[in-house]
Amino acid sequence: MCILELSALELGKKIKSGEVTVLEAVEACLGRMKEMEPGIHAYVTVVDEEQAMERAKEVQAMIEEGALTSPLAGVPVAVKDNLCTKGLRTTCSSEILYNFVPTYTAEAVLNLEKAGAVILGKTNMDEFAMGSTTETSAFGVTRNPWNTDHVPGGSSGGSCAAVAAKECFYALGSDTGGSIRQPSSFCGVTGIKPTYGTVSRYGLIAYGSSLDQIGPIGKNVSDCAAVLEAVSSYDNKDSTSIPREDLNFTGALVNDVKGMRIGIPRDYLGEGLDEEVRAAVLEAAGALRQRGAMVEEFDLSLVEYAIPAYYVIASAEASSNLSRFDGVKYGLRAKEYEGLHQMYKKSRSQGFGPEVKRRIMLGSFVLSSGYYDAYYLKALRTKALIKKAFDRAFAEYDVILGPAAPTTAPKLGESLKDPLKMYLGDIYTVAVNLAGLPAMTVPCGQDRQGLPVGLQLMGDCFQEKKIIRAAYTFEQTREGR
Amino acid sequence: MSRQYETVIGLEVHVELDTKTKIFCGCSTEFGGAPNTHTCPVCTGMPGALPVLNKQVVEYALAVGLAANCQINQYCKFDRKNYFYPDNPQNYQISQLYLPICHDGWVEIETAGGKKKIGIHEIHMEEDAGKLIHDEWEDCSLVDFNRSGVPLIEIVSEPDMRNADEVLAYLDKLRMMIQYLGASDCKLQEGSMRADVNLSVREAGSSVFGTRTEMKNLNSFKAIARAIEGERKRQIELIEEGKKVVQETRRWDDNKEYSYAMRSKEDAQDYRYFPDPDLTPVVISDEWIKEIRDRQPELQPQKMRRYQEEFQLPEYDAGILTSSKHLADMFEETTALCGKPKEVSNWLMVEAMRLLKDHDQDVEDMVFSPGNLAKLIGLVDRGIVNRTVAKSVFEEIFARDVDPEAYVEEKGLKMVSDEGALRTAIEGILEANPQSVADYRSGKEKAMGFLVGQTMRAMKGKADPAMVNKIVKELLTK
Repeated sequence: MCILELSALELGKKIKSGEVTVLEAVEACLGRMKEMEPGIHAYVTVVDEEQAMERAKEVQAMIEEGALTSPLAGVPVAVKDNLCTKGLRTTCSSEILYNFVPTYTAEAVLNLEKAGAVILGKTNMDEFAMGSTTETSAFGVTRNPWNTDHVPGGSSGGSCAAVAAKECFYALGSDTGGSIRQPSSFCGVTGIKPTYGTVSRYGLIAYGSSLDQIGPIGKNVSDCAAVLEAVSSYDNKDSTSIPREDLNFTGALVNDVKGMRIGIPRDYLGEGLDEEVRAAVLEAAGALRQRGAMVEEFDLSLVEYAIPAYYVIASAEASSNLSRFDGVKYGLRAKEYEGLHQMYKKSRSQGFGPEVKRRIMLGSFVLSSGYYDAYYLKALRTKALIKKAFDRAFAEYDVILGPAAPTTAPKLGESLKDPLKMYLGDIYTVAVNLAGLPAMTVPCGQDRQGLPVGLQLMGDCFQEKKIIRAAYTFEQTREGR
Repeated sequence: MSRQYETVIGLEVHVELDTKTKIFCGCSTEFGGAPNTHTCPVCTGMPGALPVLNKQVVEYALAVGLAANCQINQYCKFDRKNYFYPDNPQNYQISQLYLPICHDGWVEIETAGGKKKIGIHEIHMEEDAGKLIHDEWEDCSLVDFNRSGVPLIEIVSEPDMRNADEVLAYLDKLRMMIQYLGASDCKLQEGSMRADVNLSVREAGSSVFGTRTEMKNLNSFKAIARAIEGERKRQIELIEEGKKVVQETRRWDDNKEYSYAMRSKEDAQDYRYFPDPDLTPVVISDEWIKEIRDRQPELQPQKMRRYQEEFQLPEYDAGILTSSKHLADMFEETTALCGKPKEVSNWLMVEAMRLLKDHDQDVEDMVFSPGNLAKLIGLVDRGIVNRTVAKSVFEEIFARDVDPEAYVEEKGLKMVSDEGALRTAIEGILEANPQSVADYRSGKEKAMGFLVGQTMRAMKGKADPAMVNKIVKELLTK
């Protein structure tokens, strides 16, 4: 048996039964990382080996004492580098935080630690989660494990690549405009962006605060459901956290979609969608229809407005969120400067990469006096209209189905040349964030190059269970393929 | 010159609220801790930290708004005011621009010119910044974030005031009201109340406003009065010289009695305000407003009326006693203990005020316990000490909060009313002062006062004055 082939839940079971020790699992991952990292570069920071071993032993003892009963107890995890981890460097893949070691741990990570997770390291990402390829990282690109000439997607590209390359058993990512779902699609893994407010954002270094959500990335639907169950919690340190009673997501792992109403927005199948991606997605829809779901196409509308609204809102929030990185309190401070103003200017000029600067400028512009109404307020109104369009759709359908991205993973270096084109690649994912909805990606095939295609399933607010059920049922139809 | 000018003044008053914890985190608001000890990830702007609103701040803001006859925005929001400065750890201040909690209220002031309503434009909630310490020796600046996140309300008046008297009356009114509500101690010197003055002048009778300036760094009522006079003169001079007043922020230097331009409107920053996505809107129900209204304590006007009715105090006295919540509390507690409101009022209004003036102290600095004043009043009432001694004992109470009973005992200050002993003493005094005795007997009645005084001095002030008077008179007319 190769430990690395196990899913997170399978490993958890074997640890509990004594077949595998936590130490063996951690060692297997660390070994795999040594082998794969030179080619993949999924991690920005890897934990100190001795520390990981210590933690493994500690967790092992607690499992044996019966103090840890979570199905994820002892299972090694990778954490996106925008989640604060006390004592473990957290950079957001940015030069400006190159040396930042948090004084506290993000609530979602604490929840995993309570469940007995062993953290392996911090995964690479687009700088401050701004990008769709993980190429904007200040610490080098991450490569797609399926084909290292291609990007893993982004911004949670490191987390998705680490799962795909079996350098961890599952990972945490964050999703502001598709940053879990799109790289999951490119890397052939499963990822969930939960309803806004389900997972505490406390300790998540903000990009677009009103859109950001933390979610799981795993090898299959069951793992993701279990991880989501573990990280979700009401947190009184996050004002946007929502108390929910229905967090037993693993209860939705049911292989049955009979009578489920599934809608496919025609807007998601139109111009710009790669033929092979379309074919794979429609084949997946067919499989669900065969399992008893009612599947039909409909017009969602407003989809073309989602991208501009998203880039206005996310950039506006980012321009303010990122102003705290100024060289005063932590992170990079320019070596030579005269006076306060120059210290700010030089530190920020040196610390931020071009994509981050572009969005700070865009965001500052749309919030400027005289432009606020024309851009920011209009974007907020668009956001409200998009939410209404989804409300109408969910009156008819339990789940909305579509592609996660218009293409499979592009080659390295192709995307940054044309940022506008890169932004348009988010067309199928951003509307979900604007509406605060849960959505997930499950693998649904490969193109001719052998690159994975992801199927996106979207649900109404708080209806994670419906999409998990649909995804799980679909996954069963692909067993053995 | 012959032209007459009218001064138009509006105030922006910042008040530090007296909550135990900060506005968006659980850190203590206590003043004076070692630098950066009352801090956490939230109030130091650590990456990933999030604000959570302290409900008490909303309740204080509501209480002040209701007392100032404001409308309440039952759906109010927080906005970010973006600007870079190191005392502001996030480089944005969480404040309220678009939907402040209170708006359109008024307070009534009274000056020599009569009664007048001053409009309140709005009251909003916001966070205070940290403190910068410049170390000239090391040529560097340090930041202390202890004050970062201390809750503030900003009370913005309408431009309804016309002179310094009205401004001071308005500030006094606000201070009294807020102290009564327990929302803040409102000390200008310590910065828990800060006032910025917006001032413009125009020709008398004009209905359009002149160009205004905003003055900062006003640390006392006196400085405010001087700054208003100074700025009024400066603006009138500019106009008379045919120059223009520039819209700008000016810093008042109270030592030089002059203000200096800090920044003009041209380089005013664009704060790029937008709703803070980390905070949900504050929804204020009718029930919540009612609850705050029902909990509202007795405010100064009601208390003053009650003192006149319940304690039969003159309007003037009731006004002084209620001018400070602290003074009124001392009055009521002492009265409850001794049952002599007029006596208590006299001690506070005359002796206490005199001592405060002598020591250049505020009413708030008066910290003796009401029980000790009540005991002193009892000692006088029971004839154990005379009033002269009582005054000196009060000075001890005022300064060191001594227990007057123990003190009188210890120092042997009890009144001497032993007629035999007094008679012997007075006989000695008369003998030693034959000229005064003769003066009295020849019709100079004033001489008796001198003899009484000599007796009191001989008795170290402890003699019963009534009895001394009686015996002196008796012996003189014998």
